[in-house]
Amino acid sequence: MTVEHLDRGPLDRAEIPARVALDIAPGSYVNLGIGQPTTVADYLDPAAGITLHTENGMLGMGRTALSGEVDPDLINAGKIPVTETPGASYFHHADSFAMMRGGHLDVCVLGAFQVSVAGDLANWHTGAPDAIPAVGGAMDLATGARALYVIMTLFAKDGAPKLVPACTYPLTGRACVTRLYTDLAVFTIEPGGVRVDETYGISAAELAGRLGVPLTS
Amino acid sequence: MSVVEIVADADAAVAGIADGATVLIGGFGAAGQPVELIDALCRAGARELTVVSNNAGNGEVGLAALLKAGQVRKIICSFPRQVDSWVFDELYRSKRIELELVPQGSLAERMRAAGAGIGAFFCPTGVGTPLAEGKEIRLIGDREYVLEYPIRGDAALIKAYRADMAGNLVYRKTARNFGPVMATAAATTIVQVDEVVERGDIDPEAVVTPGIYVDKIVAIGPAAEGAA
Repeated sequence: MTVEHLDRGPLDRAEIPARVALDIAPGSYVNLGIGQPTTVADYLDPAAGITLHTENGMLGMGRTALSGEVDPDLINAGKIPVTETPGASYFHHADSFAMMRGGHLDVCVLGAFQVSVAGDLANWHTGAPDAIPAVGGAMDLATGARALYVIMTLFAKDGAPKLVPACTYPLTGRACVTRLYTDLAVFTIEPGGVRVDETYGISAAELAGRLGVPLTS
Repeated sequence: MSVVEIVADADAAVAGIADGATVLIGGFGAAGQPVELIDALCRAGARELTVVSNNAGNGEVGLAALLKAGQVRKIICSFPRQVDSWVFDELYRSKRIELELVPQGSLAERMRAAGAGIGAFFCPTGVGTPLAEGKEIRLIGDREYVLEYPIRGDAALIKAYRADMAGNLVYRKTARNFGPVMATAAATTIVQVDEVVERGDIDPEAVVTPGIYVDKIVAIGPAAEGAA
């Protein structure tokens, strides 16, 4: 059953990653994508034994390095200087992506331009003819992680829904998104369709009207 | 050749790289980028190069300088566009460089395959996306895979932390990234290190790249503060 949080407004930019963190089980191996997904780390319980993976060859990544701790040889996927935690390990790129592709990561969190009701993900290219394409590890992560959580606003600035019947932007991966965390609602994407788990500041009925895609409760 | 050559400087290290060569260049952003070897390649002047690297240069140094000098015909990479990739951006927009975009894990695995003698492999990454267009798709079990071919280099330029006289390498933290894979995938592997030590001074259990993959080593010393 959908839980409607009607006594409050939408989740803000800090509350969405905090909500994602609640769904990451203790002991998980997790990869956090560049940008807003990275901030999920700020809300993980330090006692939960969650190990962060970074695509550029490290398990046990720690927090962002403070000035004085910066080591140019120790960076995250966004090329930001980070720290290592006790028990950390380093490995080369082929191993790092074998870890992903081989299904060894429990959860990956990525941002998105669009997600389809079938769980297709579009997050690497707007398709604009003058855009310089860059994919990085997004396709590998989308394909490999056992659970793929996506963070995005539910509607674009022009009001267009970003949870769509079929992606119009170039795909990153097919049928790969398992949960979708937005300002207005949290969704689970299953083979049978999209379930609305929670809404924030909007009723499930109004949400369904604005989205125009089939939803279950 | 089985003998590892310790060369005097970076210019001597890259001397054999010819026009039209495919050069694998290590690094993830600035971490692990062999800047001194790339600078030497700029000075050597080899042209019409195909460069394989994760990114397409940062600022005006290292790989960006090689691009700016007009020595690169084609780049094979996963993430060219960055906040400070203006040299590549300008070349790409004015159609003066060819780009082959490859998912990062497939880029690494294609070089691993080259180094491991694998003829090609089926990879799930990219199925249903523009980056799989024109490639063979095979249904194996209940899943579709893309056929990916090896990427082999004429030369690899990589950065490690320490080498011994047998050519064994250890790296530093996330500067390891593509180095160990590229070392296996090139006809000539050229390594810059902070220091070269005697045989036996690297614990055999700790060796990351065994010396069999290494051809030339140059000791550069630790990076200067603020260097890319």
